[in-house]
Amino acid sequence: MSPKHQRILRRAEREIVPGQVVNLGIGLPTGLFHYLPARGGVLLHSENGILGSQLLIDAGPPDLEMIDAGGTPISVMPGASVFDSAMSFALIRRGRIDLSFMGAFEVDSAGNLANWRIPGRFSPGIGGAMELAQKARRLVILCTHTDKRDAPKIVERCQLPLTAPRCVSRIITELAVMDVTSAGLRVAEIAEGTDIATLREQTGCELHIDPDHLGTF
Amino acid sequence: MSTPLGKSARLSEAIARIPSGATVMVGGFGSPGTPFALLEELLTQGQRELTLIKNDANEPSVGIGPLIAAGRVRRLITSHIGLNPEAVERMNNDRLEVEIHPQGLLAEKIRCAGAGHYGFLTDIGVATEITARRQELVIDGQTWAIEPALTADFALIHADMADEIGNLRYRATAINFNPLMAMAANHVIAQTHQLLPAGALEPASVHTPAAFVDEVIDTPPETSERGLHIRVA
Repeated sequence: MSPKHQRILRRAEREIVPGQVVNLGIGLPTGLFHYLPARGGVLLHSENGILGSQLLIDAGPPDLEMIDAGGTPISVMPGASVFDSAMSFALIRRGRIDLSFMGAFEVDSAGNLANWRIPGRFSPGIGGAMELAQKARRLVILCTHTDKRDAPKIVERCQLPLTAPRCVSRIITELAVMDVTSAGLRVAEIAEGTDIATLREQTGCELHIDPDHLGTF
Repeated sequence: MSTPLGKSARLSEAIARIPSGATVMVGGFGSPGTPFALLEELLTQGQRELTLIKNDANEPSVGIGPLIAAGRVRRLITSHIGLNPEAVERMNNDRLEVEIHPQGLLAEKIRCAGAGHYGFLTDIGVATEITARRQELVIDGQTWAIEPALTADFALIHADMADEIGNLRYRATAINFNPLMAMAANHVIAQTHQLLPAGALEPASVHTPAAFVDEVIDTPPETSERGLHIRVA
């Protein structure tokens, strides 16, 4: 895993409050699985129908009928439950996911999220993304600050098809932790070794930064 | 079982009921819950112009992958097919019609059909591009999209256990869409490698009551070649 991704995940792990029901989206957020405390205290929800998944710990052959949403065999913690897909998404839509982590193609200053389709290039489907994005009580986006072509992912307005409007609470990249506010994006923390000018340069929208209230990570 | 309630059937006879052009629901999220034996028989028998309803397209060599690769599927109603690049390519080349739904809405559309409703109202996806194909209602100033229920001619179900009169039980993440599809389709065919006599399942442990199920097929345990290995508890 790249240093960028590790920095993002290490910071993201601190968002989780013991007692929460948490969903990890496919891609970078699933890496959080490895950062979660082995002692538990969190109920991980997987859209394919589990509450209480945990990293595979048994030494024996895995139960290949027990997988996460990405297809990886997993273990279940004491107190786990399994259920059908209607129940799984009822849990989501009823607002019982406390914290959802997802990746992004674009996030904008109003908290709109685009992470499911790039017209002409990437359109495999929606999966649980729209429902999770729209109904999680708190949505934290984990992504690199720019894409493979060095274009900003944090933009003024999403141009790609939206996953959900105005759904993002916080964005964590390898450069900054940013919160969506009614006045746009406010930088809560800046990565150690990064300066404000570099951060602004790689961002496609205005950032509200108060140097007197700026943490580091 | 030679009683009027007996549902036990032969694999080849059950699948032979499916005509070309049929709409078929298929259980499974990835490999777990995919009715591999039923699908392999369907591939063998050669039915074509099928509309399949499934959460995903499996991977190219398992589940519905081979049906797609053999050109037997005209249309796929699904949520996400990213793990089957062959299906994605066919979609992009207009050789496979693909209708995409948010996963939970797909599940609820199927459940709703199974519950006998016309459909339901939802606020999921309002203000995204999926809105374009849906009718909307404004009630008390709030916009709701109408999602019609989704039914099918047949459902192919993977059950962990079944009894001879058609009660079904599921396990682990092999549950997923199976209980919903087992209600929604007109003719429900379930495979199991644990076919038990009536009375072996505690009544409160039944997940799909026998009245929903038309045929139960006794199949060997799935093997790792199908991407699945059953761990006996």
